[in-house]
Amino acid sequence: MRALAGRAAFAAAVAAILLWSLFPFHYALVTAFKTGSELFTVTYWPAHWHPDNFQAAFRDLPFGRNIANSAGVAALVVAASLALGVSAAYALGRVRFRGRGAVLAVVLAFSMFPQVAVLSGMFELIRALGIYNNPLGLALSYLLLTTPFTVWVLTTFMAALPAELEEAAAVDGAGPWRTLVDILVPPLAPAMVATGLLAFIVAWNEFLFALTFTLTDDQRTVPVAIALISGASAHELPWGVIMAASVTVTLPLIALVLVFQRRIVAGLTAGAVKG
Amino acid sequence: MESRRRAAVLFLAPVALVLAAVGGWPLAKTVWFGFTDADLANLNSYAFIGFENYYTVIDGVAVGLLADPEWWRAVANTVVFTVASVALETVLGLAVALVLNQPFPGRGLVRAAVLVPWAIPTIVSARLWAWMLHDQFGMVNDLLLAAGVLSQPVAWLAEPHLAMAAVVLVDVWKTTPFMALLLLAALQMLPRECYEAARVDGASAMRRFFTLTLPLIRPALVVAVVFRCLDALKVFDVIYVLTANNPRTMSMSIYARQALVEFQEVGYGSAASTLLFLVVALFITAYLMLNRGRRGVGAAT
Repeated sequence: MRALAGRAAFAAAVAAILLWSLFPFHYALVTAFKTGSELFTVTYWPAHWHPDNFQAAFRDLPFGRNIANSAGVAALVVAASLALGVSAAYALGRVRFRGRGAVLAVVLAFSMFPQVAVLSGMFELIRALGIYNNPLGLALSYLLLTTPFTVWVLTTFMAALPAELEEAAAVDGAGPWRTLVDILVPPLAPAMVATGLLAFIVAWNEFLFALTFTLTDDQRTVPVAIALISGASAHELPWGVIMAASVTVTLPLIALVLVFQRRIVAGLTAGAVKG
Repeated sequence: MESRRRAAVLFLAPVALVLAAVGGWPLAKTVWFGFTDADLANLNSYAFIGFENYYTVIDGVAVGLLADPEWWRAVANTVVFTVASVALETVLGLAVALVLNQPFPGRGLVRAAVLVPWAIPTIVSARLWAWMLHDQFGMVNDLLLAAGVLSQPVAWLAEPHLAMAAVVLVDVWKTTPFMALLLLAALQMLPRECYEAARVDGASAMRRFFTLTLPLIRPALVVAVVFRCLDALKVFDVIYVLTANNPRTMSMSIYARQALVEFQEVGYGSAASTLLFLVVALFITAYLMLNRGRRGVGAAT
């Protein structure tokens, strides 16, 4: 009897966790498919599935363009962070030199910077490079957010690779560059997938830089576009369109999480617990 | 060996260059601007004014950041937000981790579901909750009215003493998964033998938790809390979307950005940003000092 009650309590806890985690997204989905006055009555399942709000987001707003901007920025950031991260991880993970710990500590310190503390200097830099109000400026600024943890996590994994790998390459007369690309990168691939995913999520979700360094609707990324959707007045926000846009940009993330959850957790914990 | 070291320098150079350009230089620039009267409209001509952005007395009246009650309110708000949200998400995250640490059918799927709020952009989660907490059409009011908990709708985001609670709620929803998964990773590394011994000794589940589990996962718990505090001190997105520039919820980051961008006072805003940087740096230093006696830091690999 007690065991049964315990099991029921455990099942209830699991159900509560699921409800708490998923309900807001479900409710957004339901709202996104409502139109007109349906929006103003609370229901937990739509009477009809109207695609109007999704159409409005792409027709009345440059939302397709915003998604393309976000995807482009995220792709650039992932590629650049992985390239920088692998290169640094080789130096920090495979070569013993004095000051190695200090370098790692400095890299970590960069990840602690409040974004607002680099805002004015970054603004100046981006304007000087002529990439203000341009997704390229965002991609550049996001490297501050993604390279530190990329370097850390990849260094951890790089240092764990067996020494024999490199010795064999040295016997064959391969230089550091060939050794890195041909010998060390392939076994590092799973860690690169994990850190690449984290970098993608950071770039896709970032808001403060994107809000500050872009000016016109067609240059915006998705989070800013969604934050700035407004109606005729503050009391007439088009909630259906906002929810449709929100659901649209969240679906790829949920798909990524479902497919790669093990990798993501491995990346997160390697970055935090071991650090 | 010498050639390997030279190669190491070459392989480190790109990261060093990028971090210097997008981190070191802008930070130095912000600190410098904090000592000037620069404004956004004309960033190239400004004068050095020493500590006047921080504190000065003009005609017997104290002005500057340290004399601005709005700034101190932003500091207090940030501290309240950090303490409340990190405490709540630690407790909830630990509870979720303990549940997920038990084997049960479908555990992998539940673990993926728990990650969903973490993966959703903060902006999106803030807007989802703003809609659910809507005073007229929101489902939270609808549910609570139907259940008889409320007798009339509540304006969760506008009510002065509720706005901060709403902001904390949304942040807790978004960040509990991070906490839960870090703690779950720590729980899964615990040695089974201790638990079997404790069970043989007849220790209750509660006792096992407080005398075994909690002390064993303490290092991971501390790291997770520190990480989350560092993030919470910099909070911007969730407040910007939920309550905008409402002074009741204004954080240090919101205050600084408002000065920098909306009021165009780059000098003053940079001074505020510099103070926020110092607060974060102080927090890290305090943590490292407290931690020094216990284990080496930075020797992660």
